[in-house]
Amino acid sequence: MNKTVNPNELTSDDDNGPLYVAQKKVYPQSISGTFRRIKWGLMAFCLGVYYFLPFVRWNRGLGAPSQAVLIDLPNSRFYFFFIELWPQEVYYFTGLLIVAAVALFLMNSIGGRIWCGYLCPQTVWTDLFYAVERLVEGDRRERMRKDKSSDPMKLERISEIVLKHSIWLLIAWWTGGAWVLYFNDAPTLVKELVTFQAPMIAYIWIAILTATTYLLAGFMREQVCTYMCPWPRIQAALTDEWALNVTYRYDRGEKRTSVKKAAELRALGEQVGDCVDCYQCVAVCPTGIDIRNGPQLECIQCGLCIDACDNVMTKIGRPKRLIGYDNDINIQRRQEGKAPVYRIVRARTVAYSAIIAAVGGIMIYTLATRSLLDVNVLHDRNPVAVRLSDGSIRNAYTVRLLNKSGYDRVVAIDANGPANLTTHVVGIDSVTPDRPMIVIPRDSTSELRLLVTAPAESNPEKSIPVRFHVTDIGLGEVATATDNFVAP
Amino acid sequence: MTDHHSDIDSVTGKSTTGHEWDGIKELNTPLPRWWVISFYLTIVWAIGYWIVYPAWPLISSNTTGLFGYSSRADVAVELANLEKIRGDKMAVLGAASLADIEKDPALLALARAKGKTVFGDNCAPCHGSGGAGAKGFPNLNDDDWLWGGTLDQIMQTIQFGARSGHAKAHEGQMLAFGKDGVLKGDEIVTVANYVRSLSGLSTRKGFDAAKGEKIFAENCVACHGDGGKGNPEMGAPNLTDKIWLYGSDEASLIETISLGRAGVMPAWEGRLDPATIKAMAVYVHSLGGGK
Repeated sequence: MNKTVNPNELTSDDDNGPLYVAQKKVYPQSISGTFRRIKWGLMAFCLGVYYFLPFVRWNRGLGAPSQAVLIDLPNSRFYFFFIELWPQEVYYFTGLLIVAAVALFLMNSIGGRIWCGYLCPQTVWTDLFYAVERLVEGDRRERMRKDKSSDPMKLERISEIVLKHSIWLLIAWWTGGAWVLYFNDAPTLVKELVTFQAPMIAYIWIAILTATTYLLAGFMREQVCTYMCPWPRIQAALTDEWALNVTYRYDRGEKRTSVKKAAELRALGEQVGDCVDCYQCVAVCPTGIDIRNGPQLECIQCGLCIDACDNVMTKIGRPKRLIGYDNDINIQRRQEGKAPVYRIVRARTVAYSAIIAAVGGIMIYTLATRSLLDVNVLHDRNPVAVRLSDGSIRNAYTVRLLNKSGYDRVVAIDANGPANLTTHVVGIDSVTPDRPMIVIPRDSTSELRLLVTAPAESNPEKSIPVRFHVTDIGLGEVATATDNFVAP
Repeated sequence: MTDHHSDIDSVTGKSTTGHEWDGIKELNTPLPRWWVISFYLTIVWAIGYWIVYPAWPLISSNTTGLFGYSSRADVAVELANLEKIRGDKMAVLGAASLADIEKDPALLALARAKGKTVFGDNCAPCHGSGGAGAKGFPNLNDDDWLWGGTLDQIMQTIQFGARSGHAKAHEGQMLAFGKDGVLKGDEIVTVANYVRSLSGLSTRKGFDAAKGEKIFAENCVACHGDGGKGNPEMGAPNLTDKIWLYGSDEASLIETISLGRAGVMPAWEGRLDPATIKAMAVYVHSLGGGK
């Protein structure tokens, strides 16, 4: 059995240190392995969706936008494949935000900062920029040597730097370009952008996103995670002892020795740590920390140190996962010589999953059953009621009809309230005088003035509820609204 | 107080301002230089602003500023631009006939929107912001139209008014039967009760209906017509319905018969342009559904 090591002895965090330290340039080394493959895959997926989604077409019929995902601000419409949302349905976005937030909590309670390590745009773009840097300038050692070199700038070096920044700017520019394509028909806008016919706002947004991408992914990198992002702080408050985090198993790794010495000691039957102090985990870290110092705020838990360590362990013939995903409980248990336990299903994860399922279920249900025909009624306040020459009482309403479907509708309006009501739409001479019929053009709203009259002898009370039914006479779809009928 | 230049705080090693309260000394921590410079720059900016823009108050006016800037002129320009933008649409509205406007949904919406705004500015003082009217000022939401309720009739009333002095204005008034000595006191009371009976309202005890009918036939039929059905040609109201411009109680009727009525609707021709008057007619017509 290894000698137990107090984790506090390993921590080199200086609590009295400055809150901000000048950036030390990080030169992450390239690495291959399981987590690196996952990262490449997710990067390709995320960037693929972001860059190419605007070009996906979706046929919505003549006159309607044919872009699968489109935020049509001038016409206040949002298109997402077969879904079309109107501004008053913006609560779907609220639901989406709730699901996203709870999904983040769920990820966090299962695998710590999965978001930070694999999915956060800052990580994805920084990773891409690093890949470009490696491609142009070479890997860690080469870049360090080039940066340290006191030689006067050679043409070769200058051209390298220019090439790197050009590719960075190109990626950043296309990042901004893809952004604006979500707000307009993509092929048309691309053509306009190329011929300088696009609206100024498009160029401004491209400039903003080009600048921020270039700056954040090219220069600020891990500084964003350490100093600008609130998530590490929030995450620290949300996490629990069961969450899997990238952890250095110091009970297995300590004491650190060289490969040679470890072999000698093992031959003598002595217990030695597996860590050979090769610093590979530090070399590959994109935030430039030493995972062996224990959990740290700067750690985005991308798992690249796991790959690095596994490669070394394989080479020296020791078991893998000296660095691996582990939870706080096991740190304790291993010190006590107990077997590690993992528990993904627990109150917290079940609760988060339930919330996601509930909110998601409500959203899908309301989306599937929502009416594409809607009516809003507003009672006239000035005057609330009018007595007509024959003594009957008339109330006027402003009726707004919404046709969210892709076809014109013919609807009939009925009012059910006090006995023997008659209805009349101002300006429309309907063939059915008692049941006004209106045409609402597709994907639009119509505002009407509706006069509802109760005969004098019905002698209505001061205020009676009245229900308006708007019936699509072709499809039978009905929308209703209630208001009051008021007597003077 | 000590000289603050020589007073050094022992804990921080910084100099103090020399201010001391109950043993607590104030450290001398000047504002950052960039902050101070920004502050001075705002002062310079403010002085520049005073010179360039109208600002310095004089006895009865103010300085006009270096370049003669005036926010009022800006507003005038913006208003003129607005008129120009709307000009085309209003020209279409002005050229269209009332019937055409009713048939074209876009024109109708424009006319109603324009009419509503102009109504609020010009008509609301008498007719109320929603056209609900008041005593002596007709309610425009009901179906009773003194001078007729078709689009053309409404437009004519708006254009030339009633008893407005305009050559084409509606004329005709309720005579002062009492004041002019045509009817005596008890005759007025009798005919007032008779008028109430026409629209089914209760009458005074001992009221002589035959006498009332006779007085009405001799004095009122000329304008209000047989049976008191009214006459829009003369703006004579229908006395058999439930709508009363000046009130239907006996006292109000006696006052109306004794002193007469001659409410004035101003003529809007010349004050509002023809397209606007057209828009207003469409709007008013839509209020109560017109005739």
